[in-house]
Amino acid sequence: MFLEFFYALREAGLPVGTQEWLTLMDALQLGLHGSSLLRFYHLARSCLVKNENQFDAFDRVFARVFKGVEGEFDVTDEVLEWLADPKNLPQLSEEELAGLERLGSDELMRRFLETLAQQDERHDGGGRWVGTGGRSPYGHSGVHPTGIRVGGPGRSRSAMKVAEERRFRDYRTDVALDTRRISFALKRLRRLTRAGEATELDLDETINETCRNAGEIEFVFRPPRKNNIRVLLLMDVGGTMDPYFESVSRLLTALHEERGLRSFEALYFHNCVYEYVYRDALMTRSAGVPTAELFRRYDERWKLIVVGDAAMHPAELMESYGNIDPRRTAESSGIDWLQKLVDHYERAVWVNPEPETLWEHAYTNRVIRRMFPMYHLSVDGIGDAIAALVGPRRLSA
Amino acid sequence: MSEASKFYRFQGTEGYIASGPLVDAVNCAIALERPLLIRGEPGTGKTLLAKHIAEALKMPMDSWHVKSTSKAADGLYVYDTVQRLNDSRFGGGEVSNIERYIRLGPLGRVFAADQRHVLLIDEVDKADIEFPNDLLHELDEMRFVVTETGREIVAEHRPIVVITSNNEKELPDAFLRRCIFHYIEFPGSALMKKIVAVHHPNLDATLLDQVLIKFYWLREQNELRKKPSTSELIDWISALLHSGITIEQLESHIPFIGALLKKEQDAEALARYDDASGAYPTKWSELGPRYNQ
Repeated sequence: MFLEFFYALREAGLPVGTQEWLTLMDALQLGLHGSSLLRFYHLARSCLVKNENQFDAFDRVFARVFKGVEGEFDVTDEVLEWLADPKNLPQLSEEELAGLERLGSDELMRRFLETLAQQDERHDGGGRWVGTGGRSPYGHSGVHPTGIRVGGPGRSRSAMKVAEERRFRDYRTDVALDTRRISFALKRLRRLTRAGEATELDLDETINETCRNAGEIEFVFRPPRKNNIRVLLLMDVGGTMDPYFESVSRLLTALHEERGLRSFEALYFHNCVYEYVYRDALMTRSAGVPTAELFRRYDERWKLIVVGDAAMHPAELMESYGNIDPRRTAESSGIDWLQKLVDHYERAVWVNPEPETLWEHAYTNRVIRRMFPMYHLSVDGIGDAIAALVGPRRLSA
Repeated sequence: MSEASKFYRFQGTEGYIASGPLVDAVNCAIALERPLLIRGEPGTGKTLLAKHIAEALKMPMDSWHVKSTSKAADGLYVYDTVQRLNDSRFGGGEVSNIERYIRLGPLGRVFAADQRHVLLIDEVDKADIEFPNDLLHELDEMRFVVTETGREIVAEHRPIVVITSNNEKELPDAFLRRCIFHYIEFPGSALMKKIVAVHHPNLDATLLDQVLIKFYWLREQNELRKKPSTSELIDWISALLHSGITIEQLESHIPFIGALLKKEQDAEALARYDDASGAYPTKWSELGPRYNQ
């Protein structure tokens, strides 16, 4: 039942790893759950789930798996078995067994389980093939002898090797775009300058001056280093951008969290930039800001990041009165406004959430790409975009 | 797991009412010698928890309030070069002994202590995103080396580490894997009554009901930008008691609203509600099914 629980959690998309699982096993071994299912529930949640927004998913799985279990609930013995004899690793080669000796069996098991866990993550519902697939070498490698005993020896390759191969295969391709990784990419958005009051002790200079002063101490202060980067973010919302809502909002979150920035402003538009951009994503009239005012408010030193799919009807970009919203038609074409943005801001990039393979298909994308350097909304793409914003200047955009 | 760690059992203290699950999470963290990560709405007593664990277990406590400029190394030790320079000039004793200029940080102090400590690392998400990762090794091994002197500081008594976070930044997975996690839910009315009783022991029960009805009703108002929390409720009750308010006065309006609502827009929103002679609930049943006792 326990193993079922573990895999059910993973299938529900909870990032429960083996380390968390073993923590729970340790806790159960110590009898911390007492003998009540409720306390077991809380204990399991504390050990396995690390974010309250996953509690709900946890609850659902728990309810399903432990349905019908009532009252007294004693698992300690089972757990002891669970953690039992890891030496029963029948499919390891001699070398690996030697390695096992060196590592200590706990360490090996931990690593092995981690490898397995990582691999699972790239298989949807990967829990299943360990559980019932019957050809899994993992279940047999002594990890949990009493859990699932998957039938049959006779795997020609050792479990360890299989796990490792898999691990390296898909590693790069599914780069998840989580906020944390974007934050890392954004860390390069730094241009440190010394400004303001001299409050920081300059140690080198102090020693230098002290020596000059024949040992009489002479303190030298300097202004602390501060980041001088200001970022203006313009985001396309609605319509064709809807599928990318998640990734765009992650970028937005990461930028908001990036405290190093001197200033950060985010504004919205739909399809293309025209006379107005908007303070909120609903783009109500009262939230409108004349685009011309951007140039006054945010001078050319601001770094401009435009997020959008750059895919629209050519008329929306090229022609006067091109705005798709009939209430807001105006004479200037979208491309005029984009050109004004490029002319005004020394550094501007376009970040596109659509896969690069689609870029060529949209005429408007090709036009825009001639104006803005365009990058894909992925960890690597954002890294490159940041480099274009703060790195050494390139000759042509 | 040492026998010693089984010995400690946290049960809450007189001044701190902890829910059962929280008690279990604390004891789990103590027994497994893992850091306890606490999250929850502001004002639910995240920071206070460490103090009361220390009190309940009769252990000394040290705290490290993390700031946006904090570095992981600061928690271990700081090498006070300026003092050394100063001493070398003005004769402050043995300048050649670098050890004298090593100032241990909170983590270093509890490691070096000859007694088991409770260590609070407050608002860990305030610092740079690398910060928690930089502490992984030290928190796992409970030891570090002072580079300048080569001295290794090893915790003989593994501290009980309580870490609070406001979820401003996502914490690294590797860090989360090592922690026992507990989310302090906002207390329900029954638990809240106990909490209030700790601070205002002689409060009239019917008055308390009225106070809590108003309080939870306010929290249900989605327009509010900042919902009032426990600490604001306690302050508000103090204000009410000092002014000698009666139950009747509480029925028709909410006095001393400034103690509960800290944002100007929120206070204005409520004033508008008053102007429109909006009614306030006086019975739990008016608050909806969640509050029916």
